[in-house]
Formats: sequence, C-alpha cells, structure tokens
Amino acid sequence: MQRVSGQRREPLPLVQGSARRVALFGGAYSNWLAVEAVVADARARGADAIWFLGDVGGFGPHPDRSIEALRELSVEVIQGNYDDSVGHSRLDCACGYTDPRDNHFAQLSYDYTLANTSAQGRSWLAQMPSAARIQLGERVVHLCHGSPRRVNEFLWESTTPAGFISGLCRDWEAHTIVCTHTGLHWSRRLDDGRGLVNVGAVGRPANDGRREVWYALLEEVDGRLTETFVPVAYDWERLAREMAAEGLPPEFIETITTGWWTTCLEILPARERHRGRF
Amino acid sequence: MATTQGEEGPTTERLMLPMLYLDTLWVQVTGTVCNIACKHCFISCGPKVERHRMMSAPDVIQALDDGVSAGLRSIWFTGGEPFLHPEILALIDAALQRAPLGILSNGVLIDEPMAQALGERFASAPYNLELRISLDGCTPEDNDRVRGRGVFAAAVAGIERLASHGLEPVVAVSLLDDADAASADQASFVQLLREHGVSRPRVKWIPPFRIGRERSRRGGRAYRSWERLTAGDLLEPEAPLRLQCGTSRCVTSEGVFACPILINEPGFRLGSQLSEAIRDHPVDHEACHTCWVEAFSCSV
Ligand code: SF4
Ligand code: SF4
Ligand SMILES: [Fe+2]
Repeated sequence: MQRVSGQRREPLPLVQGSARRVALFGGAYSNWLAVEAVVADARARGADAIWFLGDVGGFGPHPDRSIEALRELSVEVIQGNYDDSVGHSRLDCACGYTDPRDNHFAQLSYDYTLANTSAQGRSWLAQMPSAARIQLGERVVHLCHGSPRRVNEFLWESTTPAGFISGLCRDWEAHTIVCTHTGLHWSRRLDDGRGLVNVGAVGRPANDGRREVWYALLEEVDGRLTETFVPVAYDWERLAREMAAEGLPPEFIETITTGWWTTCLEILPARERHRGRF
Repeated sequence: MATTQGEEGPTTERLMLPMLYLDTLWVQVTGTVCNIACKHCFISCGPKVERHRMMSAPDVIQALDDGVSAGLRSIWFTGGEPFLHPEILALIDAALQRAPLGILSNGVLIDEPMAQALGERFASAPYNLELRISLDGCTPEDNDRVRGRGVFAAAVAGIERLASHGLEPVVAVSLLDDADAASADQASFVQLLREHGVSRPRVKWIPPFRIGRERSRRGGRAYRSWERLTAGDLLEPEAPLRLQCGTSRCVTSEGVFACPILINEPGFRLGSQLSEAIRDHPVDHEACHTCWVEAFSCSV
C-alpha cells in the first residue's frame, strides 16, 4: 500500500547566491516597458539581486522586446508555463483556464505571442530553469512560478490556507516560498515567520483600478524576513498604442488603460473577483 | 482455503490510483439526509435516508483538523443538504478559520437570515466562501420534473437572497440525457442568473453519474459494460491529477471514502480515519468512467 508523505517528488535545486535585498517580479506578459521600469525601480531601491519568476510573453505586444529586456538587464530568471509553451512551440499556454471565454482570449494572445517570438527567443525561453533557491541571510527562499509542486497551480490569497503554506515550506525545505502566475500580489506569514509571497505580475495592473504594476522586495527587517509590495508607474499610454498597432484585442488594451481586468476572470475565486469591476 | 500472507490471486487485483496528496476534503455534514429527494440523485438522498447519518459538530471539527494535519487546501460541505444541519453556521465558521470553504446546496433552505449570515462571512472570513446551488433546468418544468414540485421557485429565491448579500452562487447543472435544449445551454442559465441579481454568473456542469436513483430513472440509463476505466488510461502521467480522487477524500459519519460520489460503495470506504485513507485506492467502479472521460471534479 502506497502512503503519501509530503508532496515533493523532485529533488531540490541547489541554493545559489546570497543576497540582502531581493527584488522579485513575474508575469511580464510582453509588457516590456513595465519590465524596464520595474528593474530600474528595483536598482534605485538598492536591490542586490533581481529575479523574474516566469511568463515573459502573452497579452502585450512584441514578445521579443521583453526577452531582450530581461537578458540585457541581466535579470535572473525561472520558467513559467507560458515560457515552456512558447519555448517548445506547444499548442497552447497551459495556463490552466477552464472557461471557454478565458480560453478564447488566452488562445488569441498565445497565437500572437508564438508567431512573434524569434527562434532565438524561443530557445532562450526553453532553457530557463523551473525553480531556484536563494539564500537571504540565514534563510532559504524557494522561487517558483505557480506553486512549488505545479507550474500552473494558482495560489490566490483567499484560497491558500496557512496550514497548506506550512506544508509547502516543510516539504520544500524553505523559510519563504515566492511565486507568481495569478497576476495578483499578496503574502501570508505564519506565526513562526515562515510564509508565502505571491509577487503578482508586472504585465498588467492588479485589477484594482490603478494603472501601476507591482513587484516585491524581500529583505530582513528586525530579524524577520519581510516583503514589501511596490507599485511602479510606466508608460502605459505607449504600451496601449503598441497593442492597438499590433491588432491586439480592445479588451486587453482596456485593462492597461483602466487598471481593471476584462478577461481571464473566471479563474478568480469569488472573493478576489468581487473586488474587481467585472 | 488457506493462503500464504501477501499472496494475491489474479482475480483480486483491482485497478488502483495512487494518491498524490490531500488537496480537497469533502465533509458529508448531513450524510444522506436531504429535504428533497431528486429523481436523479446519484447518492439516493432524501428526508428519511440515514444510510449516512448527520455528523455531529465535534466529528466534523475532528475531520477538519485531520484534514489540516494532512495539508489540505480546501474544504467542501455536502450532503444531503448541508443547511439541514442544526449547527451549520458554527461548522461554516470552523471551516473558514482553517481553509476556503465551498458548500453544495439545493438552495431551498437559504432564508433571509441565513443569506445575511453567509454574506457577512463572505466579506470578512479569512478565506473564500463559495456557494453552489443545484438547478437542473432553467424553467420550473424542466427543473422540477427531477427535483420536485416547487423546488425551482425555492432555489431561485435562495439564489436571489444570496446575491442580494454579495455572494454570487455558482449554479450546478446536471447534464441529463432527457433535458430540454435550453437546460443544456450556458446562455439560458446566465440570463436566468442575471435576472435574479447575480452579476457574474457562473455555471458548473455535472456529467451524468448513472448510479443511485439516476441508474433506474425513466429517461436516464445504466452504464454500459464497456464504460470502465482501463489500466491503459492510468498510464497517462497526469492521471492522478485528472481524477479528483488523486487529491481528495470524503468523510462521512460512516468513515472515509475515496470521493463524494461513491459513498454508498463499501469497496470505496478506505478507513475510519482520514490518516488511513490517504493512500492508493481502486478506480474500477463504473462511475469512474464518467470522471475520466469528462475530466470531472466535484470541486472547482
Ligand atoms: S441531488 Fe442533492 S438536493 Fe437532490 S436529493 Fe440528492 S442531495 Fe438532495
Ligand atoms: S467515481 Fe471518480 S472520484 Fe470517485 S473513485 Fe471513481 S474516479 Fe475517483
Ligand atoms: Fe503563468
């Protein structure tokens, strides 16, 4: 009889580097202007390591520009489901949507992204590592895309209980787990200080009626590992113009110009959806 | 006939699915006790059906704690009809302290005070609260022919009350072989929900589980002999994720079962404690075929 002990099936990657103040962001969705703005902001705030947690393409224009931005700015990266799909020219983005309308818009952006990513860009996406572990002071931080156990698992604030986070930290031998993939930033700390940080996405606003996009800084404050979410303004008007020129759907452009999500809403838990406009 | 320990004849070998981890804990809070008795109910519930009795509040809380120890992500309350439980609000609070909660209900018993209490919890509990109301037709005729006279009006009234308190229930619709066309059409339900105050309508389709009362209902049918999972199906690497029982368990007053669908099958009772039931289990029931071909999960 097979019994389950813990959830981890894969060996852990080696812990690399040691940093003091780490900037973490995810979900570029081809918003290359936001990528540049976020990296500049993180450097200005004294980040000594900058990590991108995956999903370079999708939604926005000119996917190669985001790939170039990440490479030229020497950002450390791990792979998202989108990068795996584009990198291997798969049929869809494997985002994990279940609703037909979500899938319709997801497929539109995926087909555009795949058609507009160069061969060189695709091979770079294909070779990104799927997880990483970094050292912050004494503590190990595990970086992943969706969740430590699945690249396209959604970890939302209202559906990720403390007990579950505790199990992830135990099984992945980490003090803090950092992820993205949902597009909404949040974090939860356990009483003992361990916890999970979802950095949200820089590719589109956080469904809050603001046009800024968010990333996270992680550092030790008074002996505790502490995350700060940082809003960053970027040239959204230029992005909207480029999206229109590329013939991307008006629904996507509306999200950039208003800060409210108009698509891929069906995946949101009721609580998160209730906060948005649609 | 005596056999040596560990020996297994070929006839006793069953098709087994490994369990990955416990994500979803189902709690049959009211057992098989329901305020109505739908003609297609695949676990054959009804007002006097006590095959699985109502669970006591301490037993429910023990199950929740066992689930948390096992690392669960979400809790679902089902039955029967969960709102028949005399301590349902206390149980909801206990669940929401631990994890996100979904409740499957026929909506009939959700009166104004209950809708208000649920709305308050949706707004302020630490985790998400999801209500799912069954409606098997978008007209009284089509719904009530299987769910009983007057149920459509009562369920829609429940939905309306929930919506007025900020909760937007998902409507769960059973796909019946003999449903009229509109009742298998997403747009008809979306329109119905909007008319009753649900601004973000969501529909969850339930494929036919041809067991329990549905098996012998006029208009339904039993499984055909070829409708079974095969060993070849399970070779697919994602199999334990495609079948909900790869990541969930169901607790009732009578023990722990592989899933909420097969609680009437003794062969799918995996133990009296959750800790005994987190292990591989058989998937050789005819209902397993429906889960497999539809990639169906009772949750999400
Ligand atoms: S289908 Fe649901 S509402 Fe109908 S009898 Fe069964 S448990 Fe009760
Ligand atoms: S009926 Fe479905 S959920 Fe239940 S044991 Fe079979 S495959 Fe698993
Ligand atoms: Fe993703």
